[in-house]
Amino acid sequence: MAILVYAEHDNASLKKATLNTIAAAKQMGDDIHVLVAGSGNQAVADEAAKAEGVTKVLLADNAVYEHQMAENIALLVADIAGGSTDYSHIIAPGTTTGKNFMPRAAALLDVSMLSEITAVIDAQTFDRPIYAGNATATVKTTEDKIVLTVRTTAFDPVAAEGGSASIETIDNVQDSGKSSFVNEEMAKSDRPELTSAGIVVSGGRALANGENFTKYIEPLADKLGAAVGASRAAVDAGYVPNDMQVGQTGKIVAPDLYIAAGISGAIQHLAGMKDSKVIVAINNDPEAPIASVADYFLEADLFDALPELTSKI
Amino acid sequence: MKALVAVKRVIDYNVKVRVKADNSGVDLSNTKMSINPFDEIAVEEAVRLKEAGVIDEIIVASIGPKESQEQIRAALALGADRGILVKTDDKPYPLQVAKILKSIAEQESADIVLLGKQAIDDDNNQTGQMLAALMGVGQGTFASEVKVEGDKVNVTREVDGGLQTLALTLPAIITTDLRLNEPRYAKLPNIMKAKKKQLDEKAPSDFGVDMASKQEIVKVVPPAERKAGIKVGSVDELVDKLRNEAKVI
Ligand SMILES: Cc1cc2nc3c(=O)[nH]c(=O)nc-3n(C[C@H](O)[C@H](O)[C@H](O)COP(=O)(O)OP(=O)(O)OC[C@H]3O[C@@H](n4cnc5c(N)ncnc54)[C@H](O)[C@@H]3O)c2cc1C
Ligand SMILES: Nc1ncnc2c1ncn2[C@@H]1O[C@H](COP(=O)(O)O)[C@@H](O)[C@H]1O
Repeated sequence: MAILVYAEHDNASLKKATLNTIAAAKQMGDDIHVLVAGSGNQAVADEAAKAEGVTKVLLADNAVYEHQMAENIALLVADIAGGSTDYSHIIAPGTTTGKNFMPRAAALLDVSMLSEITAVIDAQTFDRPIYAGNATATVKTTEDKIVLTVRTTAFDPVAAEGGSASIETIDNVQDSGKSSFVNEEMAKSDRPELTSAGIVVSGGRALANGENFTKYIEPLADKLGAAVGASRAAVDAGYVPNDMQVGQTGKIVAPDLYIAAGISGAIQHLAGMKDSKVIVAINNDPEAPIASVADYFLEADLFDALPELTSKI
Repeated sequence: MKALVAVKRVIDYNVKVRVKADNSGVDLSNTKMSINPFDEIAVEEAVRLKEAGVIDEIIVASIGPKESQEQIRAALALGADRGILVKTDDKPYPLQVAKILKSIAEQESADIVLLGKQAIDDDNNQTGQMLAALMGVGQGTFASEVKVEGDKVNVTREVDGGLQTLALTLPAIITTDLRLNEPRYAKLPNIMKAKKKQLDEKAPSDFGVDMASKQEIVKVVPPAERKAGIKVGSVDELVDKLRNEAKVI
């Protein structure tokens, strides 16, 4: 039996989340096929073929997959891996792409699924966080086809180079006709990607406006080569865009160093960052709940502390 | 047009859960329960669509124990018209919930079904997508803006890289994200009125849905504790610790 891994990409290059997902797949079996569905995406398939542990790449290159719409991708995945096909597991990274199409594919296959697994106990049994990470459930599934998304921060990526899998082009065009792409506004940034950055500097409501993010958070992030994150309060207030929200219902990060400035540490925020290796909190309230997870807590006004920190590192 | 909104009874978002000593689950005795926050946003969106004259009737449905009536009443107080409780003491997973919602959506001929993107207890983020698959309709998940135009709906979605807008043919499924709207508070007269609104009770068997589970909870444990941290007295001390103790810069 083989495992189908869905590749995260932007038609030009493979996203690292795919390598973390392959790592999780390797704990379930050794025949690992990677599906690269997109448009004009040959280069992504070439990259996927080099990833450690991959035995075969399936390339679906067609305009209907350009934006990886859930309706079309779910039909494709169900067709490739459903019924009596040789796939025992279907796995995608727990990104907004994976979360969007995977439950749809599972329902087409009439199987239940598990979201954002954090550990593989055996090929049928997995850990996953529930209640904003305040509990971890070990769940055994008895479905014939096991459909999962993977919390990428919980698995160290496989090597991007070294493999030499074959690439099979598949001519499988699925168009639901139920949805069409209108437009997108993608954030452009030269900083590292939030979910895979080694260091993250995040700001909260205390920043008071977007200009202060530029003035106080970004210089520190640039000096550290870090990604910038935020609390929900900062996103809701419009200081920064939605894709920066860290937390239970935003992005999950686990960098080597997480710096939270002016963030109180609500359960929902902690859920997204408490697996970071080292946590620094800068807050003028020593009772703020973030203190309970911080390795280093600096009681200070962030408008003084951040410029000083930026100048001293 | 008709809207169906799915609301789940969940632990209140302010409560920190405790895992039971026997590791069989989390302790929900005497905990405050509420309508899942994303579902409140879904109800609010439906009410706004009704106020804008797009929608004529809003039906709310919940699958759960009899106490879920409280959450249905809360949605009725926000402006929904009538409720359906599918009573069960089993803990259905998203595929089962989606199968029940599909039957309800079809019986009611709903044009738009609104759900939360995620229930904050099990953090599954699956039900809306599964429902869309079972109904064979389009899905606009993680919505931050919804615009109905004729027989189409444009949905702007919060995705990892930013925002994406899709056009869906109605009927369609929409799941809400945090920025879609800010739900109103129910006014006392509306809470009183909600008590008189129609609330039908059904059972999963009325929809022919098998509640047997193919997922067995082996155990539930608390997360690993972080070791206690320290307070640093100055930026200099912080820089020193990060450099020489934690060695992360
Ligand atoms: C369904 C749901 C989902 C949610 N999902 C998320 C999520 O994914 N991520 C998330 O972050 N939140 C989420 N939240 C929101 C969460 O509950 C909190 O409301 C939010 O995290 C608070 O943001 P904050 O810490 O920036 O603001 P606050 O709680 O207001 O904290 C501000 C902090 O700044 C400190 N401060 C003020 N001035 C200064 C100063 N000059 N210098 C230093 N410190 C200062 C204060 O002491 C305080 O601790 C969610 C909530 C709900 C209901
Ligand atoms: N038992 C339920 N009753 C009603 N609606 C539900 C139920 N479970 C899930 N939902 C809906 O599906 C959404 C996503 O839930 P989930 O897929 O469990 O994270 C919720 O926000 C609700 O709108």
